[in-house]
Amino acid sequence: MPEVQVLSQRYSLSDGHTLDGYLRSGGMAGLRVALDMAPADIITLVKDSGLRGRGGAGFPTGVKWGFVPQDTGRPIYLVVNADEGEPGTFKDRELMERDPFMLLEGMAIAARALGCARSFIFIRGEYLWPGIRLEEAIAEAYTDGWLGKDIQGSGFDFDVTLHYAAGAYICGEETALLDALEGRRGQPRLRPPFPAVAGLYACPTVVNNVETIATVPHIIELGAEWFRSMGTEKSPGPKLFCVSGEVVRPGNYEFPMGTPAREIIETACGGMLPDRALKFWAPGGSSTPLLTAEHYDVGMDFESISAAGSLLGTAAMMMFSDRTSVVDAVLNWTRFYEHESCGKCTPCREGTFWLAQILERILDRRGREQDIQILDDLCDNIFGRAFCALGDGATSPIKSSIKYFREEYVQLIEQGRLPDHIEPHAGVVTENSGHHRPHSRPPARAGAHAR
Amino acid sequence: MTDTAAPADTVHLTIDGRELDVPKGLLVIRAAEQLGITIPRFCDHPLLDPVAACRQCLVEVEGQRKPFTACSTTCTDGMVVKTHLTSDVAREGQEGQLEFLLLNHPLDCPQCDKGGECPLQDQTLAHGPGDSRMIDRKRRFTKPVPISAQVALDRERCVLCARCTRFSAEISGDKFIELFERGALEQVAIYEDEPYESYFSGNVVQICPVGALTSTSYRFSARPFDLRSLPGVCNQCSAGCNLRVDVRRGEVQRLLARDNMAVNEMWNCDKGRFGFEYVASAERLRQPVVRDELGSMRPATWLTALRAAAGRIQAAVDAGGPAAVGVLTGGRLTDEDAYAVGRFARDVVGTDNVDFRLRPRTDEERDVLAAVAGTLGPTYDEVEHAPVVVVAGLETEEEVPILHLRLRKAWRKHRQRIVVVGPVIGSLEEIAWRWIQTPAGEESSRLTALASGGDADLSEVTDALDEAGDRGVVLAGERLAHSPGALPAAAELARARGLGFAWVPRRNGARGAVDAGLLPGLLPGGRIAAEPGPVADAWGRLPEQPGLDTRGMLEAAAAGEVRALYLIGIDPVRDFEDPALAQAALERVDTVIVQDLLQNETTRFADVILPATAAQERVGSFTTWEGRRQPFPQAVAPQGLAQQDWDIVRQLARALGSDLGWETANDVRREAAPLMEVAGSALSRLPGAQGGGVVPASPERSGDDAPVSSERPSAGHDAPASSEPSPDSLSHQEAGGAEFPFGVVVVDYLVGDSTMLVGAKALKETARRPAVWVHPADAGRLGLADGAEVAVVGSAGRLVWPVRATSGVLQGCVVLPGNSSGQAPGLLGGSRVRLEPVAGTGGDE
Repeated sequence: MPEVQVLSQRYSLSDGHTLDGYLRSGGMAGLRVALDMAPADIITLVKDSGLRGRGGAGFPTGVKWGFVPQDTGRPIYLVVNADEGEPGTFKDRELMERDPFMLLEGMAIAARALGCARSFIFIRGEYLWPGIRLEEAIAEAYTDGWLGKDIQGSGFDFDVTLHYAAGAYICGEETALLDALEGRRGQPRLRPPFPAVAGLYACPTVVNNVETIATVPHIIELGAEWFRSMGTEKSPGPKLFCVSGEVVRPGNYEFPMGTPAREIIETACGGMLPDRALKFWAPGGSSTPLLTAEHYDVGMDFESISAAGSLLGTAAMMMFSDRTSVVDAVLNWTRFYEHESCGKCTPCREGTFWLAQILERILDRRGREQDIQILDDLCDNIFGRAFCALGDGATSPIKSSIKYFREEYVQLIEQGRLPDHIEPHAGVVTENSGHHRPHSRPPARAGAHAR
Repeated sequence: MTDTAAPADTVHLTIDGRELDVPKGLLVIRAAEQLGITIPRFCDHPLLDPVAACRQCLVEVEGQRKPFTACSTTCTDGMVVKTHLTSDVAREGQEGQLEFLLLNHPLDCPQCDKGGECPLQDQTLAHGPGDSRMIDRKRRFTKPVPISAQVALDRERCVLCARCTRFSAEISGDKFIELFERGALEQVAIYEDEPYESYFSGNVVQICPVGALTSTSYRFSARPFDLRSLPGVCNQCSAGCNLRVDVRRGEVQRLLARDNMAVNEMWNCDKGRFGFEYVASAERLRQPVVRDELGSMRPATWLTALRAAAGRIQAAVDAGGPAAVGVLTGGRLTDEDAYAVGRFARDVVGTDNVDFRLRPRTDEERDVLAAVAGTLGPTYDEVEHAPVVVVAGLETEEEVPILHLRLRKAWRKHRQRIVVVGPVIGSLEEIAWRWIQTPAGEESSRLTALASGGDADLSEVTDALDEAGDRGVVLAGERLAHSPGALPAAAELARARGLGFAWVPRRNGARGAVDAGLLPGLLPGGRIAAEPGPVADAWGRLPEQPGLDTRGMLEAAAAGEVRALYLIGIDPVRDFEDPALAQAALERVDTVIVQDLLQNETTRFADVILPATAAQERVGSFTTWEGRRQPFPQAVAPQGLAQQDWDIVRQLARALGSDLGWETANDVRREAAPLMEVAGSALSRLPGAQGGGVVPASPERSGDDAPVSSERPSAGHDAPASSEPSPDSLSHQEAGGAEFPFGVVVVDYLVGDSTMLVGAKALKETARRPAVWVHPADAGRLGLADGAEVAVVGSAGRLVWPVRATSGVLQGCVVLPGNSSGQAPGLLGGSRVRLEPVAGTGGDE
């Protein structure tokens, strides 16, 4: 399947991020159509298109919109999840930088469909440049009547507020996001009630990913059939794939869903770096189980990846060669989860803390024979038992690496070394790879209790 | 929610192969409990909202691919649940969580206060591994760190169940304790700039499922398995919290809240929990003391002391008749004591000079108290489920804290409409629906208007009362007696509208004293002296002439007319509203007999001191503000030679030649019960409007206009949504003369200078700082910064306190601390004051 340019159609324009450039290149066509449509028809059209959420879970967007009760007497909110924190994922960043109006147009259409007058973009705090672009775009849209009161004379009012997140990965989880947006400590909420019923400020709320919303204008403009002409039956449409790692040309590439990984890497990305063979890869960010070279031909859609034993996630493809230690990479990710666990539930909080210690010890050549079993057990005790999906995600790289590369663990434990071709292979691995951490960590907030 | 009335519809489910029907909405963990299956848990608490954080209660639900947390999963029809008893998934899931919880736990059980009564320890023994598979480094924290003077935190032991933080947020409403940081460093902490200021902090120690939160006063003092536990009833206020008294080697080690869902649920306040150190205090009176011929106080035997006391009482009667004897009691007496004292005064001595009210009192109280005496209800449950509650003359958090928690619960769960009438809204500010503002002392006009309806300003409230019908409740605080006509007006409001009526006193013994008739003109069961009924048969005689109240007795004593004062559990020199009068009376009177627990300012005037037992050293019963009588057993032996008050009275009667026929407290109870208890509700006995019992108030100092009802928009996370407009609160009090523009309300703080808090050092450190509550507008107008010192000047005196600017007080009104600063507001004279900034003090921030 060839590369497509739907979401990325303005990436090559020098002024695609301005309202002029956006309009000149066909922007706002979807909104113009939507303003004349009945809200229910918009939802039906999105349902018919088969659009599935691009934030990772792949929930059908139209169905999600359909859950929102319209008769509660309370306002309905739209919240765009732009807290793109999944390791390896940078699709929303480029989209917001290069085509911020496409997001705003999608939001206005979604708001029109939902009966929403107020929306928020919860953007990752580190996304300074995308944030500036969005701020400029929002200001321009207000000035020219694409946001605010009576949009383009249609009588439709719609406001957008950009909110910078404070940097916690957990706030990408939709209920933690809502708590953070309300000014609370970002930790996931107990469900039910689901956000569709009681979300932001206990009002009906839809939380959608940036790419999901940015896809909507095209569906409205070109129709469900056009959308379904790309991708697979159950995973239709175009998709941005973020490729990183040991490939020649990493970056965002847009392909129809279901395009084989090999095709994306070999055609668009120029393949793996010279003299490096694909060893393992994560198909959808670090929270998705690793795959190996034998899965290179799997189609990049929800069903195919699932059948291969992983998840499509955010479609962040992280490619690693035979020069990289999988244990080293896994420790890196695990340290990330240890740091980002919100602390609310026992398995994630305690589990990630101990997983990181054990992996570190193995790489420090102080591993024990039983440690592999313990890692595996701890993962089993986290997966499906944690409060939210963060814990599940933390186990993915560990479980899958043990599944495919147990020998590498065994070699480290038994022989105290990594396979010869792996770099770095001198000295203590954790020091070489930047993973060293002081053994005694200062207790935080000790001074806060003096009264 | 588990405690709401179950709707008619139920669901049918299966747990571990056993079928049951439960109300819709019940949590699986509760349903399992109904079958006697205890699913392990840490974060779950039946009175807190589910959080599902500890993940210990995992169960398998048929058809679900992941195990569910039983504490957050509601039962659905046809659900098939398997717990650890029948499911490997559940069992392994739970074992896995337990392993996680123990990984970072210090396992210092041998030195932990919780060891022996620790859910983590118990569940580890029941379900956990015998050893750890881990060799890596545990998380370390500095420990312990103080959360407050009363509560210490060990972060290493903490399992982060969030019970304490949820208690603060949901139950007590003082969110000063929170979770900070994240991941493995997540920890309970307080804010850097705000102290954990709570009257309920002991509850977080009790509900902590590990030894992370400990009480600084109990730390390391006992092992749970060395303690002997007895049921107790709190003696610190009229809430009547049920307690567990833990005793080791004859000494009280700690008090815990004992579950009684009808009264205190599972909570109590810090005063009730930590205020027991006085029991074994060095300042206890441990033996009788008699003043000898030379005027010095000498220890004596009981026989000598009782003979001396009896001789002095007899001498007073001989000199001036029975009316030359006055009996004053405080708030600490049991029901049996109150009855015994009442009969002693009337029957043995022959005087009606008996009063339990050291606080301000009015004659018009009597009809209302007579109606309330001996009745039961409205109860806590009825208050909780009332759609509307009218509160007047009552600062619930300071005076009856557990009633305050019930009101909070009703507000949070049922959006109860709480209407405050008066010049102060205080701690009800957050939860009150409407505040009907009146100047100090002028509550009666608004209460009367509520009763009659038709006042456009109040239509919203009267409509709500109409809607509530007989489920509405009026809570009238004892302070209402301070306001002319207010208590009868509150009673009339209840009577006219058929609402529940409760008279809410502050002290634990007050209601029993009312039931026993410990005020002039009143006999047990609310009978008036003219119609004694069965009391006349039970007693040998009744007083011929009506008696004096507290002030009357003190004035008569100062004038030489009363020649003997028998003071039981009372310290008039410190607590009477006119300390100078009290002092003059005690100096003048021939005989002062003091029967008390501890040295106080009055004991130096005593001619005979009779040492009495503390509540934990005796049997008896206390009656709650609802009228619920709760008996309790003796927990420890008395200090020294102290005896129970009723018994001292009995022996004193003997020394005076009367045998009252009692050998035990039960004998007193048997005699008292039929006389003190009354069938029916207070409502049916309240004087009707035409009966003349209720006098419509004619306020002495009327404002220029009627005060208006003011909107109190609720604040906070779980506040009921309100779309109604929020007009600025208006106040109308500038009357009262230029010299003393402010009306005074005196509120006793929960943790104050009470003698029964002697020795409770940590508790007293948590006391709220005494301050003059002033409306911010008044403070601004007078240039008073929050925290700056202000002189309160009355007709007779001048006292200095810091200012607390708060919108919970009406303009033109100040609230003075009654018992917290060593300065009695009574010294100011009168009920009107002016405020003068004190030079050279600024704000404290």
